[in-house]
Amino acid sequence: MDWDVLIVGGGPAGLAAGLYSARSRLRTAVIFRGQAGGQIAGTSFIENYPGIPGRTEGAALGRAMLEQARAFGCEHLEDEVLQLLPGPSGHTVRLKRQGEQKARAVILSPGTEPRALGVPGEREFRGRGVSYCATCDADMFADFDLVVVGNGDAALEEAIYLGKFAASVTVVVIHDVGVMDATKIIQERALADPKLRFVWNSTIQEIRGSDLVEEVVLRNLRTGEVSSLSTQGVFVFAGVVPRTGFLQGAIALDGRGFIVAGENMETSVPGVFAAGDARQKALRQVITAAADGAVAAWNADRYIATEENFRMQVLERPGTVLVGLWTPAVASSHALPRQLEEAAARLGVPAVVLDSYRFGRIAQRYGAKEPPAVLVFQDGKPVGAYTGTPDPVGALREGGIPA
Amino acid sequence: MMDVNKENFDRLVLQDPGLVVVDFWSPKCEPCLAMEEDLEFLASGYAGRLTFARCNILENRRLALGQRVLGVPALVIYRAGEKLWQGATLEELENQLAHILGQGR
Repeated sequence: MDWDVLIVGGGPAGLAAGLYSARSRLRTAVIFRGQAGGQIAGTSFIENYPGIPGRTEGAALGRAMLEQARAFGCEHLEDEVLQLLPGPSGHTVRLKRQGEQKARAVILSPGTEPRALGVPGEREFRGRGVSYCATCDADMFADFDLVVVGNGDAALEEAIYLGKFAASVTVVVIHDVGVMDATKIIQERALADPKLRFVWNSTIQEIRGSDLVEEVVLRNLRTGEVSSLSTQGVFVFAGVVPRTGFLQGAIALDGRGFIVAGENMETSVPGVFAAGDARQKALRQVITAAADGAVAAWNADRYIATEENFRMQVLERPGTVLVGLWTPAVASSHALPRQLEEAAARLGVPAVVLDSYRFGRIAQRYGAKEPPAVLVFQDGKPVGAYTGTPDPVGALREGGIPA
Repeated sequence: MMDVNKENFDRLVLQDPGLVVVDFWSPKCEPCLAMEEDLEFLASGYAGRLTFARCNILENRRLALGQRVLGVPALVIYRAGEKLWQGATLEELENQLAHILGQGR
């Protein structure tokens, strides 16, 4: 096994996971290319991450997050992940350059990329007037008349940023007059910006030009009216799509490709966790990404501890092993450890007593929903379960060890 | 990979009789920086057969505009000084080069 934890993606989710995982003394590497910080590396400033007041440059925050994770021993593999191959004992990540790397647990934080509008002209004019990155291209568009499509936080923040360079910025909003998806404070700034003007109830139907973009065709959704607007640049900020193409078939994704994972960041595959913007969720911010990363790392740590423990104590042990499940919070299970040890001694077989809270996932896997319960393993295979009774050890004494 | 600019673009790119790939990039462009290493690798695979160059658009805005490049990353293939193709991703570039070189045979 090359690593305890491999983290795919170097945005706030991945870097927070790296920090937490390395502090748990797990051998950890985060895999990403280019600048640290993911999407924030291309964001001019961050002002809503608690404790970092003022207008911190996104790239600087990303670098600081990477440095902090590295200070605790997290390594950085500069590479791109091509495939995830889940396995029964450890998972393999196939990299473009450095071949296959194996880890006990994997945390997926690949992030998102801008969604294309899918209108005629958009593809053809990419790099010739159509852009998805204001920081990349703002300088090029100095003194031009620009169009921004979208009305969320990213759209309005980038429109304001572009306004510092451009002659004018027209924001095309799909909603009714005054209605936008962005956070209120960002809406206020955008509406007060003299460089910005708004076209409501409208979408872009086509992008036209010859060598470079020359105009957009707007369609008013209320009136059906079609009009054209001359422009040299179209910036598209109309939502995001997850970078999860490499995960197709490996783990469960939703209809739009976002990773399905609950509050514990567990994906459909045991030992594979998700964090950040590529996870199916409502709020995609630096703070929620970082929180996801911490939760994913904590659960990965717990997963490694319990799964390894169980494998060594139970699955890789020859002959019969009795497994007793109890937990301090369930009073009716308190007698189980002593009873099971006595029964095991009489039968001349080893017993392993586990906390069903910590080992809950494993207990569930073998059909023990609630403690107290007793599971019987023979050469690592489950051969019997005494569950759903207040006295599983008594049931074991009566039923005996299944042949 | 050689750097080209407003002083030498004409000589090194437009007057080259063969194929030249120019990576128009900007230090402010995160996707450009992320693809840099792969582009170097691709270039080394074509060493001797075609020339790879990079052009920083922040320092060469007029040059880029003159080449009809407005936005980065922009990967452009020239043949005998004529612009053959422009794209934005390495995958597209790889396919296009395979196509062009396949045709030439």
